[in-house]
Amino acid sequence: MAETVRRTSGQTVVNDMEALRQRARELLDAGTVQVIIGYANGSNRRVRPFFARRPEDLERLILDDRCVLNLAVYLRKPEVKALGKAAVIATPPLLRSILQLAAENHYQESEAVFLALDSAGNVLELSSAEQIAGVLGSLPGSTGQDACVPSADRMPALSAGSTDRQARFAFWKQEFERCIRCYACRAACPMCYCEQCLVDSNQPQWIPVAAHSIGNLEWHISRAMHLAGRCVNCGACSEACPAGIPLNLVNQFLADRIQQEFGQKAGTSAKLDYALSVFSGSDRETFIK
Amino acid sequence: MSEFEPKIIAFVCNWCTYAGADLTGTSRMKYAHNVRVIRTPCTGRIDYMLILKAFSAGADGVIVSGCHPGDCHYTSGNYHARRRWMVFRSLLDFLGIDVERVRFAWVSAAEGAKWAEVVNTTVADIRRLGPYTEYQNLIGRGVERSFQV
Repeated sequence: MAETVRRTSGQTVVNDMEALRQRARELLDAGTVQVIIGYANGSNRRVRPFFARRPEDLERLILDDRCVLNLAVYLRKPEVKALGKAAVIATPPLLRSILQLAAENHYQESEAVFLALDSAGNVLELSSAEQIAGVLGSLPGSTGQDACVPSADRMPALSAGSTDRQARFAFWKQEFERCIRCYACRAACPMCYCEQCLVDSNQPQWIPVAAHSIGNLEWHISRAMHLAGRCVNCGACSEACPAGIPLNLVNQFLADRIQQEFGQKAGTSAKLDYALSVFSGSDRETFIK
Repeated sequence: MSEFEPKIIAFVCNWCTYAGADLTGTSRMKYAHNVRVIRTPCTGRIDYMLILKAFSAGADGVIVSGCHPGDCHYTSGNYHARRRWMVFRSLLDFLGIDVERVRFAWVSAAEGAKWAEVVNTTVADIRRLGPYTEYQNLIGRGVERSFQV
């Protein structure tokens, strides 16, 4: 079994945690929000989501490069909504997710407050999609590769210029065979919000539920298709995968294709049409005879 | 052993290609008998899962065909389908699935001869490629087998 590659080193990258805590404390004290959603240390050097409802809980908040889990998933959960209005410790991937959720009418203006740190260490308080879109490009860590990148030696089949289809097939077959169909990728993804997933439907059962090759392949193809043009490359899926499958590569491949073909990129604007629900008469392909 | 006969599933739209295939027959044109035609209301209805299901049911090749751009009975179903195929086909290719086995064509109700040609070329190409054992081996290939060395 290939070694699971994590990008996380555990180094603290945020020195201004105190400023974030201070602003969070002000929001809680003023009653503007009832819960702060952030990260805290879990067991075994892992990071867990943390819901601070009292000012004294705020001491436990952390923010470092292990904090890859996308907190946007919690904003849609009824049990989290029941806690009241939330302020979320925000990273650029999370803000991209919020923009995409807003584009899909799944985030309403001022539904939550996002606390982000700019490159000067100031705390930004964002709540509308316009505010997020306005500052996103200037935030530290908003450019370059955000998602976890599996090491290149694991994927010779996918390296640039590879035209060996059978090598690609062998690579993905080996990767997907490790899938145990726990659906952690689905649970970790803020874009997977369907109340009934196609994989849970058994009449008709489109995808076999057993963790066998054919069902695994069909599940991962379906997941990629459903996220095509919607994935913001936060990398939470591959981080959540207990089998270490580089899932975000598939999503990112399609995101790149859609940007090349249709000129749009998820997570850049709250005014984005879903790429597969619109069309243009000038869409060009070469394979339809 | 007898010669390999490819099993081809064709998903066609009701308004153009199905009528076109009908015309092929009424015009007494002969074409390869390896194709099983499945009529759908529109190419916009041809979900990518249908294509995957055809392969997992043992198809060696799939033909997807409908109205030419601009001719859709529902105005835009084929434009939506075209976008979806562009994305889906590149995804299949990225995952190493043989995109030579998934053929897309526009065949209108007047193109009976073109339908015969699409089927004949597809069957000839798939015959050359051989059975899609690579994919069919996935069926029933479970966890228990993946632990064997």
